[in-house]
Amino acid sequence: MAPSTSSGVTLNINGEKYTLSVDHRTTLLDALRERLDLTGTKKGCDQGQCGACTVLLDGRRVVSCLQFAVAAEGREITTIEGVADGDRLHPVQQAFLDLDGYQCGYCTPGQICSAVAMLQEHAAGWPSAVTEDVRPEAGPPPLTTDEIRERMSGNLCRCAAYVSIVDAVAKAATPLEGEAVA
Amino acid sequence: MTTTTAETTVTRGSVGTPHTRVEGPEKVTGTARYAGDIPYADLAYGWLVLSTVARGRIRSVEAEPVLRMPGVLGVLHHGNAPHLESDYVGLLGVRPDPASVVFQHDRVPHAGWPVALVVAETSEQAREAAETLVVHYEEEPHDVAFHAGHPAAYAYDAPHAPAEATKGDVEAELGASALVVDEEYSTPEEHHNPMEPHAATARWDGGRLEVVDSNQGSMWVANELARLFSLDPSSVRVRSEHVGGGFGCKGVRAHQVSAVMAATVLQRPVRVVLTRRQMFSLVGYRSPTTQRVRLGADADGRLRALEHLSLNPTSTVFEFVEPGASVARVMYDADAHHTVNRLVPLDVPTPTWMRAPGEAPGSFALESALDELAEKSGIDPIALRVRNEPRIGPLSGLPFSSRNLLACFQEGARRFGWADRDPRPGLRRDGRWLLGTGTAGAFFPSGAAPSTAAVTAQADGTFTVRITAADIGTGARTALCLVAADALQVAPDRVRVRIGDSDFGQAFIAGGSMGTRSWSWAVTAAARDLRERLALDGDIPPEGITARSDTAEAIGALAAKERHSFGAQFAEVAVDVTTGEVRVRRMLGIFAAGRIVNPLTARSQLVGGMTWGISMALHEEAIRDAASGGLVGADFAGYHIATHADVPTIEADWVDDTDPDDPVGIKGVGEIGIVGAAAAIANAVWHATGVRHRSLPIRPDRVLLAGTGASGA
Ligand code: FES
Ligand code: FES
Repeated sequence: MAPSTSSGVTLNINGEKYTLSVDHRTTLLDALRERLDLTGTKKGCDQGQCGACTVLLDGRRVVSCLQFAVAAEGREITTIEGVADGDRLHPVQQAFLDLDGYQCGYCTPGQICSAVAMLQEHAAGWPSAVTEDVRPEAGPPPLTTDEIRERMSGNLCRCAAYVSIVDAVAKAATPLEGEAVA
Repeated sequence: MTTTTAETTVTRGSVGTPHTRVEGPEKVTGTARYAGDIPYADLAYGWLVLSTVARGRIRSVEAEPVLRMPGVLGVLHHGNAPHLESDYVGLLGVRPDPASVVFQHDRVPHAGWPVALVVAETSEQAREAAETLVVHYEEEPHDVAFHAGHPAAYAYDAPHAPAEATKGDVEAELGASALVVDEEYSTPEEHHNPMEPHAATARWDGGRLEVVDSNQGSMWVANELARLFSLDPSSVRVRSEHVGGGFGCKGVRAHQVSAVMAATVLQRPVRVVLTRRQMFSLVGYRSPTTQRVRLGADADGRLRALEHLSLNPTSTVFEFVEPGASVARVMYDADAHHTVNRLVPLDVPTPTWMRAPGEAPGSFALESALDELAEKSGIDPIALRVRNEPRIGPLSGLPFSSRNLLACFQEGARRFGWADRDPRPGLRRDGRWLLGTGTAGAFFPSGAAPSTAAVTAQADGTFTVRITAADIGTGARTALCLVAADALQVAPDRVRVRIGDSDFGQAFIAGGSMGTRSWSWAVTAAARDLRERLALDGDIPPEGITARSDTAEAIGALAAKERHSFGAQFAEVAVDVTTGEVRVRRMLGIFAAGRIVNPLTARSQLVGGMTWGISMALHEEAIRDAASGGLVGADFAGYHIATHADVPTIEADWVDDTDPDDPVGIKGVGEIGIVGAAAAIANAVWHATGVRHRSLPIRPDRVLLAGTGASGA
């Protein structure tokens, strides 16, 4: 008998469980888009180079085009469809809307998911390549525009809405972190 | 019946006031459906197979083994594909790109040419089968090496850009000039790379072809699909509601054509999505250029001679010119003027329009040369431009509809702090960084093309606008809502705008910075007509009252003038002399670009264009491998575009410049932001280091090899 090329999986997405049979070659991105009609997550390159497909896996940002769906079983997956609190937009979403942090909107779900996780990474004290004092006891560095730019650089935006995206992330960060953004 | 007109208060002033995008909530929550996001029952997936050779013939396509693979439904190729009719000239005055007229013969004119489509039940099956498909070629020698002085070059008259324009005697004026600049500039092959890859789903529905697509003009695509497949235009419907960027590459492409072909053969819905790598050979690109600029001037900087020669490669199967030399025909006057655009056919994919085609590379050369003349003459770069400001079109002799270039320089200089600038290069240091500032002028043609629109008054007091516009990220949907609201004299929340559906009728595309202007004209005409009708009789029947417009006659009656937007670009850069890295520290652009409909989204477009200028100046470069004829690293790892960390604070603003001949006063803002931006950065790099960079991008290795003329560096 030929070896099986598909498996049953249960995916936990935005707090809901989805049980389906997937081809072993199916990426998490394609499973979301083609099988579960969760098309908010976008495919910009399918090879881990653009960030359009960013989702949160157990709270950390990943590019879903480089994850196999079968390997995502048992993980908490959050997509752009699960970022808002019901009808209440997440502060990052609201700031993108208010400050025009997009143009075509295609990179936007990835930018927003990335920003949500990035703010948590920063709050947890993770340094970036532009952080001056990287000692663990130094705590979170000031969330300057340079810090935001560095930490968001995995998300390309060909419309080049970068200036507004950085403004939006900074604005969203202010109530979240209670600190001024330089 | 409802009577609404009597109690309607007159509301205006939506145009000119910032408004967030009407589809914004959908875009930030992931509910906006792009072309590849719409579910279909019984959908089949097509995957294109591209040639691996750069020139030759297909000897055979070994479809049989692939047809036996799981889920495979069919393999289309030149041996079995239905006939396409490609002998026509489309809306934009050109024939279809031969790479879009798929599977019609065995010739391969370039690497990455579409040779087959594999269709399967799932995308995984289609992809694996496409990668397994064996195609045998008879390879022929190819030539992809582009360089100045290529023997096959010839002058080419494009539909809207004559190859050559001349006045006076350039050689004589150069001979009589106190100052001469004579330099060569080059720009690389650049790719649009919208974040959303081209995607189309085609299906037949009750004798009608329905295509859901990502494009810059649904009527444009519908009409061309009708021509290609010899269908009655009314039997083709193309929709494109949300579009993830275009920049010139989202027209009629292999994805729609092969999807329609497969849907026709298989009689089920077929989706074809291009991969990022496939986009590098199938959807056009900005061809590289080599340019020569010769300027002759009196000691006071007044130009006696201006010559600009531009050369770009095209494919062997289509003539596409990147008219870099045309920039000078609008920007500066001189006693003698000579500009020529030339082509050289090579075994490369066909280039196409990419954001500011001609203006982007042409302005790099011309505005760099002006800066070199400023250096030689000791005249401030802005003063030099003031000295050479034409009152009428330098070659046409026509009046300008409005020309506020100097107002842009004046306002920009004030805000940028230009007056305090020491013109000497290589003097400013910040640690290991050398600092410099630069400026450049910009222009982009302002046009309008015939469009139709329908505006309906509903019985509940709301209005619906229907127009085959495309919102590729420009904010067109929101802009048209504001324009319609003002023409109807109501608040914008009472207006709904529906776009991206060829059933709404003929309209121009999102291109040439002409979309919002062309559509606004049609929407205004229909809305004014509707308002007059409602004033006569305020009773609205349940089906509503609809007014329609067609702007063909009004646009045809426009007097011949030089009609353009203008702008002044400013940049400050830092150059690391030990690594060769160039960082842009700040940019400012001041534009005279007509009346600004929505300041929030217009600013995004202008800043986006300026960011493209950073990307063009420092990052973007597709490298063609002479041996294979293909690109090296055709993806985002090999082809760099600016990302967050490359982009500093950028400010864009505008001066008052309402177009007197446009019903709304619009000129268009989509492209001018990139024009001159790379030159401003290159001029700033010279000011920082004392070394001219005449080849883009200004890569670290180029900076290191060129060294620095800076003192103490
Ligand atoms: S689609 Fe996953 S990184 Fe580009
Ligand atoms: S908004 Fe278009 S790619 Fe980012």
